[in-house]
Parts: sequence; C-alpha cells; structure tokens
Amino acid sequence: MNIAVAIDDVRREAAPAESEAGPPPKRIVVAYGFWIFLLSDIVMFSALFAAYAVLARATAGGPGGAALFNQTSVAIETACLLASSYTCGLMSLSISARRRGSTYLFALVTFVLGAAFLALELREFAGMIAIGATPQRSAFLSAFFTLVGCHGLHVTAGLIWLVVMMAQVAIKGLRPNVERRLICFSLFWHALDIVWVWLFTVVYLMGVNA
Amino acid sequence: MNLLGKLSWNAVPFDQPIVMGASGGMILGIVLVLAWVTLKGYVPYLWREWITSVDHKRIGVMYLVLAMLMLLRGFSDAIMMRGQQAVAAGGAQGYLPPEHFDQIFSAHGTIMIFFVAMPLVIGLMNFAVPLQLGIRDMAFPTLNSVSLGLTASGILLTNVSLFVGEFAKTGWVAYPPLSELQFSPGVGVDYYLWSLQISGLGTLLTGINFVTTILKTRALGMSYTRMPVFCWTALASNLLIVAAFPVLTAALAMLLLDRYFGFHFFSVDAGGNAMMYVNLFWVWGHPEVYILVLPAFGIYSEVSATFSGKPLFGYRSMVAATMVICLLAFTVWLHHFFTMGASANVNAFFAVASMMIAVPTGVKIFNWLFTMYGGRVRFAVPVLWTIGFMVTFVLGGLTGVLLAVPPVDWQMHNSVFLVAHFHHVIIPGVVFAAFAGYTYWFPKAFGFKLEESWGRRAFWCWFIGFHVAFMPLYVLGLMGMTRRLQHYDVLAWRPWLLVAAAGVAIIFAGVVCQIVQLVVSIRGREALRDVTGDPWNGRTLEWSTASPPPAWNFALPPHVAERDAYWAMKRLARAKQGEPAQAREYSAIELPKSSAIGFVTAFFAVVGGFALIWHIWWMAAFGVFGAFVALIVFAFRDEDEVEIPAARIAQFERARKAEVAL
Repeated sequence: MNIAVAIDDVRREAAPAESEAGPPPKRIVVAYGFWIFLLSDIVMFSALFAAYAVLARATAGGPGGAALFNQTSVAIETACLLASSYTCGLMSLSISARRRGSTYLFALVTFVLGAAFLALELREFAGMIAIGATPQRSAFLSAFFTLVGCHGLHVTAGLIWLVVMMAQVAIKGLRPNVERRLICFSLFWHALDIVWVWLFTVVYLMGVNA
Repeated sequence: MNLLGKLSWNAVPFDQPIVMGASGGMILGIVLVLAWVTLKGYVPYLWREWITSVDHKRIGVMYLVLAMLMLLRGFSDAIMMRGQQAVAAGGAQGYLPPEHFDQIFSAHGTIMIFFVAMPLVIGLMNFAVPLQLGIRDMAFPTLNSVSLGLTASGILLTNVSLFVGEFAKTGWVAYPPLSELQFSPGVGVDYYLWSLQISGLGTLLTGINFVTTILKTRALGMSYTRMPVFCWTALASNLLIVAAFPVLTAALAMLLLDRYFGFHFFSVDAGGNAMMYVNLFWVWGHPEVYILVLPAFGIYSEVSATFSGKPLFGYRSMVAATMVICLLAFTVWLHHFFTMGASANVNAFFAVASMMIAVPTGVKIFNWLFTMYGGRVRFAVPVLWTIGFMVTFVLGGLTGVLLAVPPVDWQMHNSVFLVAHFHHVIIPGVVFAAFAGYTYWFPKAFGFKLEESWGRRAFWCWFIGFHVAFMPLYVLGLMGMTRRLQHYDVLAWRPWLLVAAAGVAIIFAGVVCQIVQLVVSIRGREALRDVTGDPWNGRTLEWSTASPPPAWNFALPPHVAERDAYWAMKRLARAKQGEPAQAREYSAIELPKSSAIGFVTAFFAVVGGFALIWHIWWMAAFGVFGAFVALIVFAFRDEDEVEIPAARIAQFERARKAEVAL
C-alpha cells in the first residue's frame, strides 16, 4: 500500500475537514457575516459606478469633469482617507493588545482624518453648486453627486459609528461583543478606502480628460 | 409651512365605491382581529412569544402568515382584472375606470412578487434551514427579526396606499419616463418605491443571515456534500439576494432622486437615460426569478426523496445544476427587453445564455423523475403538488425557450403570451412548491398534519384552474392582445377571456378548499396529531426532533456522518435494537434572548416611509432619528442570551419519549 495514501488516511481521521468541524466561535461568524454585507455594499456601489460610466459624457451642454475637478483638493482628501485607514489599523492593534489609552488616541486620529476628508468633499460640492454645477444641471452631475455623495454618506455613518463605539468602550469596556463590533467597524472603514480608490481613479483621474 | 406635506382629506378616495368598500372591509377585518385578540387577553402572549421572538421557527411562521394574507389580497386583484376583461369588450368600459385598473395590475404584480412569493420562500427557508442544518438558530437571530419587521413595514405601506392616496399606475416594474414625476405626479410611485426600499433592506439582511448561517454554522460533521438539497438551494438563492438586491436598491434610489430632487438619471431631458433603469431593474429582476424558484426546487427535491423512500437521484448533479443556475442567472437579464434595440450580437448572446439555463433545469427535472422511478411513491398532498409542478413547469419552461428567440420575442413582447409564460413558470414553480412545503412542514411546525382530502381538492382546483385561466392567454397573445388592457375592441378575444375568467373561478374554489382545510385540520387536530416528530418517514435532521420542536431545536447537538443524516440514524437505531439504551446527559443551552428591536424598527420604518411618501419632512426626520436611537439602545443592552437549564431539557425529552411510546 502506498505510504503517502496511508498517512493521508490517518491525518483525515485525526482532524475532520474544516467543512465538518461544526460552528466556529462567534467572532468569526460575525466578521464573516459582515464581510458578506460589505460585498453587498460593493455591489450597490458597482451599480452606481455603472450609472456614472453610462452618464459620464451626458453633460447636456453643462460643465464636464475637467472643468470642475480640483486635483490638489482631491489628492489631499485621498491622503486623509488612506492615512485614516492606517490609524484605524493601529487602533485594531491597540484593541488586540488591550490598551485602552492608545485605542482612544488612534480612534481620535482616525475620526479627525475622516472628518477632514468629509469637510474637503463638502467644500468641493459647495464650490460646484455655487457655480451652477448642481446635480439638477445634467445627468453627468446627477451621477457624480450620487456616486461621490453615497461614499461620503458611508464615511459619515462610519464617523458616527466610531463615536458610538468609543462610548461603548468607555462605558462597557472591551467586552467580547464590543470587540466584535470594532472588528466590523475596521472592516467597514477599510472597505470605504477600497471604494474610494476606485472612485478616485474612475471619477477624478479619468475625469480630467472628459 | 405645511405640517402634513402633500397629505389632505382629498387623498382618501371617497368617491370610489370599490376602493372604499375594499379598504373598509380591510380596516374592519383588522379592527375585528385586534379587538378579538385584546378581549381574549392574547396580547401579552403574542407580544412575548411571537412579535418579540427571535426564534427562526416563529419568524418563519410569521413570514408565511403574512404571505398567505397577501396572497388573498393579490388574488383579489387578479379576480378584478379577469372580471374587467371579461366584460369590457367592444364599447363596454367594464366596472373599473382606467386609473383604477392601472393601479390594480401594478399592485397585483408588486404584491405577488415582493409580498407573496418572497415571504413564502423566505418563511419556509427560515423554518426549515436551521433545523436541517442541525443547529439552534440562525447566525444572527435578532437581525432575522428585524428583517421580518422591515418586510412587514413594506407590506403595510403598500396596503395603506389603497386607502390613503393611490398606488403606482406604472406596472410593477415602474419604468421611467412614465414613473418620473413629470408623468406620474401623484404619490403612487412613491408608495411603490419606499415600500420596496424598506422591504428590500429586510430581504438583503435575510440574505446575509442565511449565507452566513449555511456557510459557517452547520452541525458537526455536516460537510457541504452532506447538506440537504434544500439547504443548497437556499444557499444559492441567498447568494443571489446578496448579489442582486443592492442593484435594485441603487436603481430605485436613483429614481427616488429623480423624483424628489430633480436629478436626471432617467429623465427625458438633460442627458438622462431611461433604458439604464430597465437594465438595472432586470439585473436584479432576472436573478430574482431564481431567488424564488431555486428554494422551490429544493422543496421538490425533499418531497420527492421523502415520499419515494429513496435518496435523491443524482445529488451531486442536483447541487451542480443549482450552482450553475445561480451563476447563469446574471447573464440573461437582457432577454426581458430584446426590443430595446441592442445590436444583433448582444441579443444573440443573451438569447443563447437564456436557452442554456434550460439545461441545468432539465437536469433537475430528470433527477426528480429518476428519484420517483423505482421508488414506493406515496401520493400524499405534497407529492401531488410536485407532480403537478413537473407537468406544468416543463411546458411553461418551453414557452420561455420560445421567448428567448429574439425574433419571436419581437412579436410577443408585452403581449399576454408573455403574461401566460411567466405565470406558467412562477405559479407551478413557486406557489405550488410553497404549498407542497407548507403541507410537508406543517406537522413539524404545529404538531399535527393538515387534513388530506381537502388538500387534494385544493390541488385539483388549482391545477385545473391554472390551465383554464392561463392557456387562453397564449392564444390571445398570438392573436395580438397586449397586456394591461382596461378595455378592448376586438370582439374575437372575448370568448377566450371568458374562459380565463372561469379558470380564476376554479382557482378561487382551490383557495376556499385551502381555507376549509386549515379550519378542518385545526378542529380535528387531536386525530391528526403527530407524536413521533417524523410523520412522513423523513430523511433530514428536522424530523429527528419533536413536533413542534422546542425553542432549542435539538437537545443534543446532532453529529452528522453521512448524507440524509436522520435516515442514517434511524437505520443505525434499528441495527442496535435490543442493546440497552444509554442514558443521555443533557447540558444547559444558551439561547438568544427575545427582543423588541424588530417591532420598534418596523414602527419607525412605517412612520418614516409614510412621511417620505407624503413629504412630511419633520415626521421623516423623526422616523430616521427614532430608528437610530432604538439601535443605540439595543447596542447597549447587557445580556443577549438566556440559559435553558439542563433539567428542563431532560424533562422535555422524557415527556416526549413517553409520548412516542404511547
């Protein structure tokens, strides 16, 4: 009999296949479920991206991307958001190490960077609206404001979530369910980065030529 | 500032006797039920055991109750439409004015798809999947209750539109530019949009819940290839929910932005593109067909295996066919609008993809046939539905292959031939399956079987009535009759429409039989009682526990060693007969705690949704803020589980053993 096959048999008896192992711990189930939610969220964004791609040239005689987008401002926005993802990662490390002080510190930095991103985005929107480039002006602008605004709404929700989580850490401590929610928050925050990278590319970089 | 937005007394259609009669009857019914429940003192029980329950079995039953009630509503719409078309020939205008008829066909489609078919399927999955997987509950039990609440909110809002305001007059697909504010200035489309956004969110959460439950929390030893087929089809269906519903959410959100803020996604001016809505809608819409029909296929698989006393023929090919359909579901959406004017190559791609999807479906049909072949088939009511389905569905599927040929589709597009086709697949595909599943799992849910003879009568009425009602529509489609006609001038159509109306009357008799069956069964429940927990000689784990199962489902976590786990356990038990029984050691079980969050969320969703429909901005803000506060309060609660002591489980099991012995 082939020895490799025999060893394989022994191994199989010792440890059941992963798909037979029964339910894993709760934090794995929760994070898994949240991943599925994020996937669904990304599907929603992809529909908005598709709409933007279809309508990108439909400016109806109004201003296009090249005239409206300010690359410098968007670059700073991007830097803020990417840096906030880094500090969010540092916050996760602090949570694993059970250091509350640095958890608050990195949460604060993450919040400030996220808020700065949002402030810059709102300034961009306000500037566009001031010169008449409102979402009602053309299909292109409708799609632009919806896509970018939807991401902005997600960032806003993330900031509120972060504040609530810090309140929970302060009041309840790092209990298992608080920790699970913090894992979900950091997944959410990183996913927003991924969406932004696409958005930056498709809307702002490719939009300069439009 | 107007505190009530667009809402005023003019919104209530006092001048329309049919609408007032229907809504009056509905309100009276609700008031009577509420009064009866209150007077009998059932409110605390309902609140404690049902409304705040996070138990997947209870939630499943509540989904089914909602679906059955809405089936009655959607079916009354169908009766009214058939009645109208039976009389409104030539110069006659019938009894329904056009603007009312338009609302009826829109409400019929919306209700039947979103508020009948979806809750039927989701309810059955909720009830059966965790039991089949051998686990205590869903991965996220409280979220499950929130999903139910959001679905119920959407249903409530749609029904409120009958009495306050109007429903969409655009058909259930609400294509722009017709559904834009310019052409539909009333609140009908807003009712449609907000109802679907709210219930759609609930469905998405359900999808996430099931995908996580099935992929992550199966019983010990239950590998993927040991999962019951119903669980596989539930997985496929919920993967489709997760991947497709966000697209619907996005499309409807764009239409909302057009209507509320004057955006130009689908408008006729400023570069809007109405066909983009149609594309996005069907990118969701075609997978939706499979979201509904795949779990139905799962039910037929369970029924044909159980009642043939044989393992399912070709388990692996069945699973493969399910997953292939799951993928192909996203490659066929354009066949809903070949007439858009895409290039021949684009149409050809989608035509071929649509025809290809018939292949895995055919595999399934053969698997069921071979499962029955050579088995001892017991012709119980679920089997009648299954055989009725196979005979009917194959023909309905064939007309689908016909419609997948673009030149044919150009002739048939928007004719009643199409209406006949999709009823021909959805009614046997989904509704018959739901009835089979309802009969099959009813004893598990309530501890007694449904009465047989009324079940048979219901089946025959539905089966014959279906054919009498819909076959004439194929002929009419070929004669050139388009769908959604409030009246028509071609007198040659009338005889066929009279036949169709007679068919609806036969189906109505079937519905009456079902109601009688339920009443007769409840009255005669002692005679129909199932004490064993295994009334059909079942094969999967749900039959290994008591009927109805205790809140904790299984006293000891099942250990699965092969496919058809319970069948294997029964075989093993027979082999070991005579050996002394081992005393079983029970340990305490943690169960998720009941929560009012589902109800509270539903309350704020209804308030917020109603406010948005009528532009009552302060109330909309109240709804959103209330939901937010409720969420925060929920997030801060201290205990989310209760412990069932081992003694109580042991006591339950002893009582059950005594019952089985009797």
